[in-house]
Amino acid sequence: MNSLTQYIDLYRQAGAQIESGSPSALNRRRAHALQVLEGSHLAEKGSAGYENTSLNDMYAPDYGVNVGRVEWPRELIKAFRCDVPNLSTLQGYLLCDTFVGGSALETRLPAGVTFTSLADYARRNPEFVEKYYGRLAPVDDPAVALNTLLCMDGAVIHVQAGVELDRPLQIVSILGASTGQILAPRRLLVVMERGSRAQVMLCDHTLAGSPVSMSAMVAEIFMGEDASLQLLDMEESQAESRRHAMVYASQSRGSELRLHSMTLSCGTTRNDYCVSLDDTGCTTMLSGMVIGSDRRHADNRTVVRHMHPRCHSTQLFKYVLDDVSTGAFDGSIYVAEGAHGTEAYQNCRNLLASKGARMHSRPQLEIYNDDVKCSHGAATGQLDEEALFYMRTRGIPLAEARMMLMQAFMTDVIDTVNIEGVRDRLRHLVERRFAGATAACRECSRKMAE
Amino acid sequence: MKLLEVRDLRASVEGKEILKGLDLSIGEGEVHAIMGPNGSGKSTLSEVLAGNPAFTVTGGTVEFHGIDLLSLTPEDRSHEGLFLSFQYPVEIPGVSMTNFMRAAINAKRKYFGEPPMAATEFLKMMRERRGIVELDNKLASRSVNEGFSGGEKKRNEIFQMAMLEPRLSILDETDSGLDIDALRVVAEGVNKLKKPTNATVVITHYQRLLDYIKPDFVHVLYKGRIVRTGGPELALELEERGYDWIKEEADR
Repeated sequence: MNSLTQYIDLYRQAGAQIESGSPSALNRRRAHALQVLEGSHLAEKGSAGYENTSLNDMYAPDYGVNVGRVEWPRELIKAFRCDVPNLSTLQGYLLCDTFVGGSALETRLPAGVTFTSLADYARRNPEFVEKYYGRLAPVDDPAVALNTLLCMDGAVIHVQAGVELDRPLQIVSILGASTGQILAPRRLLVVMERGSRAQVMLCDHTLAGSPVSMSAMVAEIFMGEDASLQLLDMEESQAESRRHAMVYASQSRGSELRLHSMTLSCGTTRNDYCVSLDDTGCTTMLSGMVIGSDRRHADNRTVVRHMHPRCHSTQLFKYVLDDVSTGAFDGSIYVAEGAHGTEAYQNCRNLLASKGARMHSRPQLEIYNDDVKCSHGAATGQLDEEALFYMRTRGIPLAEARMMLMQAFMTDVIDTVNIEGVRDRLRHLVERRFAGATAACRECSRKMAE
Repeated sequence: MKLLEVRDLRASVEGKEILKGLDLSIGEGEVHAIMGPNGSGKSTLSEVLAGNPAFTVTGGTVEFHGIDLLSLTPEDRSHEGLFLSFQYPVEIPGVSMTNFMRAAINAKRKYFGEPPMAATEFLKMMRERRGIVELDNKLASRSVNEGFSGGEKKRNEIFQMAMLEPRLSILDETDSGLDIDALRVVAEGVNKLKKPTNATVVITHYQRLLDYIKPDFVHVLYKGRIVRTGGPELALELEERGYDWIKEEADR
């Protein structure tokens, strides 16, 4: 079955409604997207680049799409309480597929910073959105095309030249029981002008009790000369959740991008992080973690393209997989012919905490010149039995010892995040996640004993 | 009642029998030294007593102050007062000494139905016990044994012993890899922790350590059995004559 059919049919029936509820900057791209989708197919498991995840299956359920721009109950925001205390952020929400600013967001933003609804901004400032929207994400990719076809809102972040934000911007994305069995197409546009600096947190949550639902996000990040952005992309969702995030970034001369992907819990997740170093002297740090349990599945693909000389990129991904969870990492580094003095490193380290867990990692290097320093490594192992025994001889119970070792394993990934306050909180969230996993195990074994 | 009573203990690793009917009896307040040639089973004995799952007990009994030691998990053996100082302490990157020790102390308290130790009390205890082996304050904030020198690792073992206040400590080749100053510090630490109610087993190759930690009994382990037991003078005799005469006697 081709899961695209239902969306093409939907667009044929409700296209006029979608367009009437959307700004022209977004509408303008839909015809081409439809063209791409007709006769096309989302990747099946086993096809190139999708060895372990079927996009077709992820998009297959009979999801609703909010073509009528129904307003979602604001109680969802209240039901969700952000778990990062002592951290002052400028908050906005993606309530299912609709941007809602946090209290007095507009007035609290410093001069030179836009952080608002993509749809609203496209109406107020169509030239700006048209200039950037759909310019990085390849619309020939059916998943990008589908997002483009159905997207009606999202968030836009625009930091003007030389502006430095002292507080992180935070986008809390929420799906819950009341948003139903839905596909939420989301779009994020980040434009960092020359010499600007910002920290952005994307907190993707699906609340307990949600039905099968899916978040599909396309993010486009434009890094101006010497701009600096740290983006934390964090997911905490449910067994029934699906998430497909496609992040595309382009870096100009001397810019620094730090992108951290933290899959604390998920259902089925596929993330694509594609960074193109489009001028000299860029720095990229791409780090990520996955904590897998039960039957959860997380698949990260990274592509770092060194197109110009003297850029530096580092990738570090770590997975801890328990129960019968599965993980995949497909990371590639591409170094173009003229990209002399490139330094590019990639490291993927994984821990299988149970016999049933599976990890697939595929590091790839494609280098077309000699003057480079590149390395990649991938290793998957088990918990250190000697360390476990050592800890037990000191009285630390096995379950706790395992938890401490898993937590310890994630330390260096957590340390790549250098947003004040967030790193400590992340450490705590990871700790709680591992503790929760064992608590759940205890719950299960008790049930089985009964 | 003896503190530890080992009777006819047999154990194997990967199908190979290492301990072949070992008897050992230790009373409170006593210091025992176990010596023996390479491959005689000294380390196996300590691992088996501590409960290393890599070893299989195939026979015999071990009573620890009246409790069937072999039926307990390694963590419960620790709570009941058994401590093993490792010949090669394990490095645990990412786990700080402080968190490691706090988890250990609080697990023991939980075992005995006590609430977790207050943070200030715990840190005070850490500070005090560090002094016993002159362990640098900086090491407490580092990951367990990571980047520690050989001497620091061994001092760290005795520091943990001081924190956990065991009833029976087994020091497995604590002297290996130590220079003479570190050896003195470690041995003095062990002596400071000596009480009439606890006991120590020192496993060693060399008489040298026994100059600092004076044993009441010296045992010779050979081919998985205690083949000879004597007083401190036995260690001196071994130092002088080597093990061949004992091997010959035992093999006869």
